[in-house]
Amino acid sequence: MTQATRQWLRGKATRPASLRRRLVLQLIALSAVLALVLYVAVRLGAERASEATLDGILGAATTAIAEELRSVDGGPELELSPGTFSMLAAMGEERIFHRLNLGGSAVTGYDDLPMPPDTPTALTAVFYDAPYRDAELRLAAVARSLMIDNRPTPVLVVVGQTREGQRAIAQQLANRAAALGLAVFLIAVPLSLLAAGTLLRPIGRLAEAVGRRGGHDLRPVRHPAPTELQPLVQQLNGFIARLRSTLTQTETFIAEAAHHIRTPLATLRSEAEIALRQSEDEPTRVRLRSMIRATEESARSASQLLDHATVLFRAEQPAQDRVDLGTMTAALVDRFLPTADLKDMQIVLHPPTDALVTTGDAVLIEAALRNLIDNALKYSPADSNVSVSLARDGNFARLSVCDRGRGLGGEGLADLSQRFRRGPNVGEVVGSGLGLTIVSETIAAMQGRFELTDRENGGSCATLWFPLHE
Amino acid sequence: MRNTLVSATRVTVRWMAVLVAITLPLSPATAFEIEDERRFGLTSAANEMAVLSTTDIALFAPLAEAFLSQTPNTALRYVQATSRQVHAAIDEERAAFDLVISSAMDLQMKLANDGFSRSLPDDLVASLPDWARWRDRLVAVAQEPVVLLLSGAALPEGTQRPRSRRDLIALLRDNAALFDGRIGTYDPQASGAGFLFLTQDARMSDSIWRLAEVMGRLNTRLYCCSGDMIAGLRSGDLLMAYNVLGSYAAANLTQADGVHIILPEDFTITLQRTALIPSTSDHPELGVALLNFLLSDTGRRIQSEATGQPPFDAQTFRNQPHLRPIRLDPGLLAHLDAMTRRRFLAEWSAALDQP
Repeated sequence: MTQATRQWLRGKATRPASLRRRLVLQLIALSAVLALVLYVAVRLGAERASEATLDGILGAATTAIAEELRSVDGGPELELSPGTFSMLAAMGEERIFHRLNLGGSAVTGYDDLPMPPDTPTALTAVFYDAPYRDAELRLAAVARSLMIDNRPTPVLVVVGQTREGQRAIAQQLANRAAALGLAVFLIAVPLSLLAAGTLLRPIGRLAEAVGRRGGHDLRPVRHPAPTELQPLVQQLNGFIARLRSTLTQTETFIAEAAHHIRTPLATLRSEAEIALRQSEDEPTRVRLRSMIRATEESARSASQLLDHATVLFRAEQPAQDRVDLGTMTAALVDRFLPTADLKDMQIVLHPPTDALVTTGDAVLIEAALRNLIDNALKYSPADSNVSVSLARDGNFARLSVCDRGRGLGGEGLADLSQRFRRGPNVGEVVGSGLGLTIVSETIAAMQGRFELTDRENGGSCATLWFPLHE
Repeated sequence: MRNTLVSATRVTVRWMAVLVAITLPLSPATAFEIEDERRFGLTSAANEMAVLSTTDIALFAPLAEAFLSQTPNTALRYVQATSRQVHAAIDEERAAFDLVISSAMDLQMKLANDGFSRSLPDDLVASLPDWARWRDRLVAVAQEPVVLLLSGAALPEGTQRPRSRRDLIALLRDNAALFDGRIGTYDPQASGAGFLFLTQDARMSDSIWRLAEVMGRLNTRLYCCSGDMIAGLRSGDLLMAYNVLGSYAAANLTQADGVHIILPEDFTITLQRTALIPSTSDHPELGVALLNFLLSDTGRRIQSEATGQPPFDAQTFRNQPHLRPIRLDPGLLAHLDAMTRRRFLAEWSAALDQP
């Protein structure tokens, strides 16, 4: 398996997704991540901020209670202030628990309230979480010492509060952030579609412009392209230029070759004809005749190659002449009358009732018509008629060349108009296989129509539709 | 390990409760002291709900009758106790009641704070203003002022009715001989409501300490309950009663008694009678139903008629700015702290007991 095949297979297996879909999916994924980050950030932030605030209040309240503790007559005296408790509970209607330890044992409050993990140092609150009864508590503990019976005794004040209100507020904030995130996300979906559309529109336009070009359009792509696509367009234009130059070279070469072959062939033919007239030896005459026919064939081929090259060259940048088809057809028929006479054939011309004018390259149109009439004469038996009719058909001029020749031999126009392709029933008739190619390329350049049909009772009709000049 | 022990203990407690329930179905184990008990409703009723309250049965009876008339197949066992006993019943004994109503807001608040109350339905809680509820655990079912009662005989000819504590102190000082031994107030040591009123007095103003000194000099008698003080006034034993529940005064005193009901204009403490459904409740849905009834227009009207008090609302507080509702929040817990309470009562005694 070659490298190229492998690459081709891999390419098949993972077919590249549409740019738009990729872009939209990535944008949506990005906004989903952003929304999630927003939710988490707000949630954590709200929790931290409210916890810090509430810890501050709890700590201050605990410290205040510790400071209110007095030693009176050798015993401790405490006066809890309802204001302090109200304040602790105010935020979100929390539950409050407290405990006072004196020298290691509880003296008042909830004597089973959880103790701090570390003993706090003087008047600095220690915060901790602990479950108590049916609730989760946030607790603060403050230590100090008190003169009891003339001895300093350690005192520990513990105040705990539930944080349901805080949690509810944080949850509410987070929910709002989540709703905001969701809204951002929902807005991001149509915006992503829009952005993808806007972003990809120049690419689409360029692709459409390139796609619209005909197969023979070798002009450089001049469509405005975004900067990112400039290298592609430049490469494409470079490629087209190289192709055009190669084609031109080839056609020029063919034309030159044909031209250079035609002239010596004409000499050869006339020399052979003279020799034929002068020779009496039958075998020599046979040879000379076959030589003349081969020369004829070669000359025609050369002529058609020249025609074809001309057509290709001119079709690339067709001239826009006004061509009177009636006049041109009549003139061509006149020119072919001697050839027809040689085969005892008649060319019947059905001229149009009025002037039919088309726009196109006169040289090309003439080459096409000449090829059609030439073909008709060539493939028709002696003593038959070729009819050439020209008439108006809607917005088109319809020109038919009909013969009683050997027909199309079962092949269609598409096959017969290929270069160097000749029908299966041409027999010994000389031809290059370029005639119909010239016709079909000419008519395509003019945006007309070309049809080849078999005729009843033998023969075929070639019909051309030329758009009429408006 | 610790959890296992705890749950094992709980299971044991539950089994004991079941045993008690089986062996003593007719006489519920009530270690707390009750003042009175009555059963409302038919004996054939399938459901029996239990209400523990500080409110006199007489005042509650019309409410119970009205409630039962619209709640079929239900009977109501009403237990009346002092506010401290009500608290003890739930806090220490975990007695199974479906609704607990008490005038001691601080003790009720402590029950709710300590997690003994169930959460109430959202619509019920939402229908109450903020000052009439605490979270979804404790709601006010009635408000009433704490009043000063003054016998007509206590006002000498031409003397103005005292309008504030300052006036009262002046009146007592000027007529010391008349009032000696004939003043009554709550004993804060024994009565939860009395303690609450006193702490609120102290929170509002220092004038209570001057009043206490004056009352102490005049050999003030201490009572457990509003009813006893009112009875003392009617019999003529008392000339003045300080801090009496307004609803009792209005219900028990008639024009003929010649007793002035005074709402001091410096401030009149306004009590909220609060209710909670304990976590031990067997029929919490009946507790909610009764609570809804008490808070309904019908319930309020019946309460208003029974006590002679206008229904309290935000409008009342706006019109009578001297009415100060006791804040229903954990600030009430401060004075329940053992040391704080001890210190406060010591201060009270010191003020009252003149050498």
